[in-house]
Amino acid sequence: MIEDLSNGTTGPRGKLAVRGLDVFYRVEKPKKGQPGENQALKAVDLDVGVNEVLALIGPSGCGKSTFLRVLNRMNDTVPGARVAGSVTLDGEEILAPKYDVVGLRRRVGMVFQRPVAFPKSIFDNVAYGLRAHGLSEKRELEWRVQQALTRAALWDEVKDRLDANGLGLSGGQAQRLCIARALAVEPEVLLMDEPTSALDPIATAKLEELIAELREELTIVIVTHSMQQAGRVSQRTAFFYMGSLVEVGTTRDVFTRPREPRTEDYISGRFG
Amino acid sequence: MRKPTHHTSNEFELELREIRGQLVAMGARCERAVQLALHAFLERDPGRMSEVLAIDTKVNADEMQLDEMAVRVLALRQPVAYDLRFVTSTLKFVTDLERISDEAVNIAERVDTIAKARLTPPVFAIPHMGELVQKMLREALDAFVEGDADRARAVLLMDDDVDEAYGATLRSTIEWMGQNPTEIPAGMCVASVAKYLERIADHATNLAENVVYLERGDDVRHRGSATSHPPPKSTKGR
Repeated sequence: MIEDLSNGTTGPRGKLAVRGLDVFYRVEKPKKGQPGENQALKAVDLDVGVNEVLALIGPSGCGKSTFLRVLNRMNDTVPGARVAGSVTLDGEEILAPKYDVVGLRRRVGMVFQRPVAFPKSIFDNVAYGLRAHGLSEKRELEWRVQQALTRAALWDEVKDRLDANGLGLSGGQAQRLCIARALAVEPEVLLMDEPTSALDPIATAKLEELIAELREELTIVIVTHSMQQAGRVSQRTAFFYMGSLVEVGTTRDVFTRPREPRTEDYISGRFG
Repeated sequence: MRKPTHHTSNEFELELREIRGQLVAMGARCERAVQLALHAFLERDPGRMSEVLAIDTKVNADEMQLDEMAVRVLALRQPVAYDLRFVTSTLKFVTDLERISDEAVNIAERVDTIAKARLTPPVFAIPHMGELVQKMLREALDAFVEGDADRARAVLLMDDDVDEAYGATLRSTIEWMGQNPTEIPAGMCVASVAKYLERIADHATNLAENVVYLERGDDVRHRGSATSHPPPKSTKGR
């Protein structure tokens, strides 16, 4: 239970603390009078607690995926992107220019909307990150791959064909393979950007079950367009609109009695 | 309050409006049933029985239709926030309204006995109870229509007056039966009608509590269990 994070943006057990976060994207060829930058996030304050699932909801373009990407500095790879404010992981400032970004991405893993299996064996897909971080000892690799596949609830389905090409897996299996790949390097936080949007209902249910299990060991931030999914998997929900954090609260409160009219309008399908 | 907004889905909007409309109609039918039954009892007029029964039949049908509509919306639309409170409240509203109609039938069924009694017992505080109960029901239903939680809260305060009038009527009736032991069945009719009215007041209280929950998200049942959460600013369309 994340009792102490009930409604506010802050909490004593915060894993990630975001303060005054602004994100700007450069506008390519701005028209006359148009600013050279678009502000994607505006002064966002939001904490993510230890072992909680935080759902980010909001209409397309509201900034929720941008927020997610800031948490492991994926925006560094976007030309012209500019980030201001503060994001701390266990109290350490991750936006500092000299911060070890490779180490950050090991601690803060990411799973994307469309599962991308590499054109390699299932084993090599999961071992990819481990090898990139310098692990080469065979038995250790095998053990870590098995552990990751087990935690991703995929081991039983693939244990007899670890040499098979990862591209041959179904959508749901491929997404769990991506989760296994992320888990293999033992992250502390897992960021999920609409992880079930390409999956059928059964695969979605399995993934949601997996999220509930992973929460015991990890902190999870999930972007979803499914209100029902946010309701099912998260303890807290944050609603973003036009780059601002409108409301964050326990998922139960946000979906039964939201404080803000814009939240109510959005979640009940009254957004015009 | 902001101007009500509409759902992006017109069909969903229409479904909710249909439920609201039928709920209001069901409430009006219950009001009418109570009014008729009470009038029949006070005037010793068994001729209105069939009217009360006809309304009750319609109210029973309302209950089943509204249950079905609410369950369909829950299954197909997965409503949240105000819409969720509205649909779950509907399921409770219809139960209380249906029972109110049943109590009206119970009152009407006592008319025949009292009309045939050799010695007609006094009705004591029943006219006063009847007025209070009808006012509670009307106010609870109006609070629902207006989306007015404060008006609904005022209904909750009226229940104590009904309970007091019920106690007084019961004591007086028992005393009267002691003085007229051959007229126990007629005396029991008065006591029963007082009880039915007291039950209607309880159902009206439930309706009002549900209106508060619907509009504010606060659970005020069983007094004093309200939460400290600030009220949401509802923006539902009506």
